[in-house]
Amino acid sequence: MKAIKNIGLVIFLTGLTLFTATIFTGNFTFTQQEFDSFVAEKGYKSELFVEELQKALVTDENVNIFEFSKRVRNAVDVNNQYYNELIAKYNAEKNWKKKGAQYQYKINGKPHTISFNIAKKAGSGFVKENAGLVWFLTFGLGIIGALLFILPNLILLGKPGIKNDHIYQQSATNRGFIAWLVLVYLVAFYLVLYFMADYVVNWTFILDPISKVLNGGDASQWFVYGFLYCTIMLTMGVRMYIKYRHNKYQIIRTTSVLFFQIVFAFLIPEIMTSLNMPGYDFKNAFPLDYDFFFEWNLKSLTESGGIGIFILVWGIVLTLIIVPVMVYFFGKRWYCSWVCGCGGLAETLGDPYRQHSNKSLNAWKLERWLIHSVLVFSLVMTLVTLYCYFSGTSSFLGIKSQWIKDTYSFLIGAWFAGVIGTGFYPIFGNRVWCRFGCPLAAYLGLVQRFKSRFRITTNGGQCISCGNCSTYCEQGIDVRAYAQKGENIVRSSCVGCGICSAVCPRGVLKLENGPEEGRINPTEILLGNDVDLMQLVNKK
Amino acid sequence: MEHIVIIGNGISGVTAARHIRKNSDKQITIVSAETKYFFSRTALMYIYMGHMKFEHTQPYENWFWDKNNINLKEGYVSKINTATKELSFKDGSALTYDKLIIATGSKPNKFGWPGQDLKGVLGMYHKQDLENLELIAPNNDVCKRAVIVGGGLIGIELAEMLRSRDIPVTFLVRESSFWNGVLPAQESEMINKHIKEHHIDLRLSTNLKKIKSDENGRVKSIIIEETSEEIACNVVGLTAGVTPNIDFLEGSGIKTKKGVLVNRMLETNTKDVYAIGDCAEQHEAIGLRRNIEAVWYTGRMMGEALAQTICGNSTEYKPGHWFNSAKFLDIEYQTYGWVFSERNKKDYESYFQWKHPSKDICITISYHKKTQQFLGINTFGIRMRHEKFDQWLTEKQSIQHVLKYLKDANFDPEFYSLYEKDIVAKFNSEHNTQIKVQDKSWKRIFSKA
Repeated sequence: MKAIKNIGLVIFLTGLTLFTATIFTGNFTFTQQEFDSFVAEKGYKSELFVEELQKALVTDENVNIFEFSKRVRNAVDVNNQYYNELIAKYNAEKNWKKKGAQYQYKINGKPHTISFNIAKKAGSGFVKENAGLVWFLTFGLGIIGALLFILPNLILLGKPGIKNDHIYQQSATNRGFIAWLVLVYLVAFYLVLYFMADYVVNWTFILDPISKVLNGGDASQWFVYGFLYCTIMLTMGVRMYIKYRHNKYQIIRTTSVLFFQIVFAFLIPEIMTSLNMPGYDFKNAFPLDYDFFFEWNLKSLTESGGIGIFILVWGIVLTLIIVPVMVYFFGKRWYCSWVCGCGGLAETLGDPYRQHSNKSLNAWKLERWLIHSVLVFSLVMTLVTLYCYFSGTSSFLGIKSQWIKDTYSFLIGAWFAGVIGTGFYPIFGNRVWCRFGCPLAAYLGLVQRFKSRFRITTNGGQCISCGNCSTYCEQGIDVRAYAQKGENIVRSSCVGCGICSAVCPRGVLKLENGPEEGRINPTEILLGNDVDLMQLVNKK
Repeated sequence: MEHIVIIGNGISGVTAARHIRKNSDKQITIVSAETKYFFSRTALMYIYMGHMKFEHTQPYENWFWDKNNINLKEGYVSKINTATKELSFKDGSALTYDKLIIATGSKPNKFGWPGQDLKGVLGMYHKQDLENLELIAPNNDVCKRAVIVGGGLIGIELAEMLRSRDIPVTFLVRESSFWNGVLPAQESEMINKHIKEHHIDLRLSTNLKKIKSDENGRVKSIIIEETSEEIACNVVGLTAGVTPNIDFLEGSGIKTKKGVLVNRMLETNTKDVYAIGDCAEQHEAIGLRRNIEAVWYTGRMMGEALAQTICGNSTEYKPGHWFNSAKFLDIEYQTYGWVFSERNKKDYESYFQWKHPSKDICITISYHKKTQQFLGINTFGIRMRHEKFDQWLTEKQSIQHVLKYLKDANFDPEFYSLYEKDIVAKFNSEHNTQIKVQDKSWKRIFSKA
């Protein structure tokens, strides 16, 4: 069995290595003919840019993506610098007409994105021509290897039950060398994906055939991400099924997050796109879906007829009515642990790292400041955006709509949710984003804390303060602090994953949707001593 | 200001300190030779198994003690002078008190086996035991086999620990079935089977004769009393129960028997000296309890009760209905009220038992033969709600009532299979009754007795 695991690991790492290695393959050049038709299609107005681009891209050399990207970005730079100088010159001359005319020659957009779009057309090579084979060598081997690594646990873990043996004795799960390597890989992955997508254009070639089937178009880096996301969740979901096979709550919950990720976050938007509708994730509620009220989205929705209006109404109803009502009845777990994609990744890929969330009082203080600040930030951004959308101006109370949207997308959307939120799983635990950054979690949490039927009940006086619950709480809640007082847990950060209840060796914790009355029960003395509790409480 | 000194920073001592602090601003000092900060002894096993690190077993962050103005003194008390109210420490230092709480807990039993003090022989009670185990049994290369002597809760935990590192374990149990002095046969047999399924070499009705040493004074093997079989091993775990850890009280004038003798106010024979937890011994048993209760929960309750007394609210140690819990490898166990094993069964006591046909789930309900009064329940593999059984015991409900409303007491996670119908069906067929299981009701659950 151990041998199978090791073989699986080798196969997985081979797949991962090949996947990473594909980045460095391929040739990114245009023939003159291809280039001409590309330029004609794009309709660039700047001859300088076309000239620069041609010099760089129509070549006999074997150009890899990095060289290609550099050349494209250089062409953009040269072009924009030239026209910027012209603009400055006409500005100085107060020649407004000529100044204004120069803007059409500038190339707008992020240089890496321009490079990605061109590379998508200019790329050729083994990966692109053998997408099926390469898919098997990367995704295929990765899945097969991972499953070979995971499936033997059915036997190796012994009888069903909580098996957290050796978690703090292994490098990968105890912040050792392997954990740091994983961190570096994940962080690099997110940085490239968010900020230098052209570097991984080869990955999109692997998935082009699948993308064409699903949405009719070529794969973008976001398609790669979505596909990878589903693949990882499914594979690590198998691990969850095996590890928690004695625990029906975990089995059903895992099935639910897998279903919502694959069907709602991935398949439905892709299929909608293929039907010329806006691709929309129906479970993604504002303000986690922070660009829902951005002009481009509102415009796209209002212009796509009935379905667009339906999405618009659904999005608003989801946030304003469905979310709080569901939280009232079931706690925020119905979203965070049963539906949400971020939560889904955290519960599957992130499960081996859940013990690393910081449980100190200081971390809790930081958490409350941060998460509520992000919520406020997202609300301000939305208000400014909406004001500007309806009034047609570009700023509100001095806050520029574009500036605040860019800042939020960069700081929160890319860095917090992606690079830190997921990249730091192996060191800070799997719910860094959900705990410290997610504005929707903050909103759900406020409802959960003050107006909900959900709580974690603690069982009378049965707690032995062992600390398993606190250790394995991914949200950094010191569960034991409540359990040993016999106090129900109504913390706003609890996502109801149910692991505290699962790891408790004395059966002390239970997630419950009970009557609201009596849900908050600060107890002075635990069950056990034969004292009149009411008398004692009243005496205070 | 009155100075309260507590010897021992286990659950009893720390609970007392916390409650004294809650209710007063007395000066408090906790003395311990084991560790500076309080940790949960029950979690030691999880450190060896790699579920947790030592710091995770500490319920309070290190700043907690300063913030709450509770002094922590590391040291081993060697002598108590009750006349001058002074403690002397091994290192020569001294400390005076106004009120003294002895909460020194237990130490593992040793029954005078030849070789019981060899290197490689250990209990599993103190932090030092764990450190020792990590040295002598880090893996199955260094420790080829371990032998555990004594079939109690600590024994089975030690076996689980060693098995987590694939170390072969032979488990010597004096009784003819595991823990059958406490558990009814149905449960005891189920645990026997479960132990064997975890590849533990369980030897029932087996006693240790002696432990043999190698040339370096280390454990080499053990000899079994009954068969004279020699079993080669590198580690011997002695887990045949515990005794109060009170040797240092000799000559202090504080009256002891097995433990420190206390009355229901937890007072010793000496003024201003109290004892709580595992080391305290009641003059007379409270209800059906033992005079010495080496149980986590009772230690905590004594700490709570004594803190009230010390803060001027005279409170008897008056434990409510008995409860306890444990985990046997993968099987959770809870008990509420009294269920005695066949061996210790009261003459008025009768069982109703149910067992799942294939899974390791079972219950035993004990009731009064004549009056049908519900006396207690053992549950294995089903979690039950403490409050509910506490209420039923207080109300002296009948077993029929308990069965009818059993769903109210279920504490298993959501979506778990429920067995109340099967349980009650069995009772109905055995007793020719027509009990119908009632749906769970929040109203009943929250109605206090």
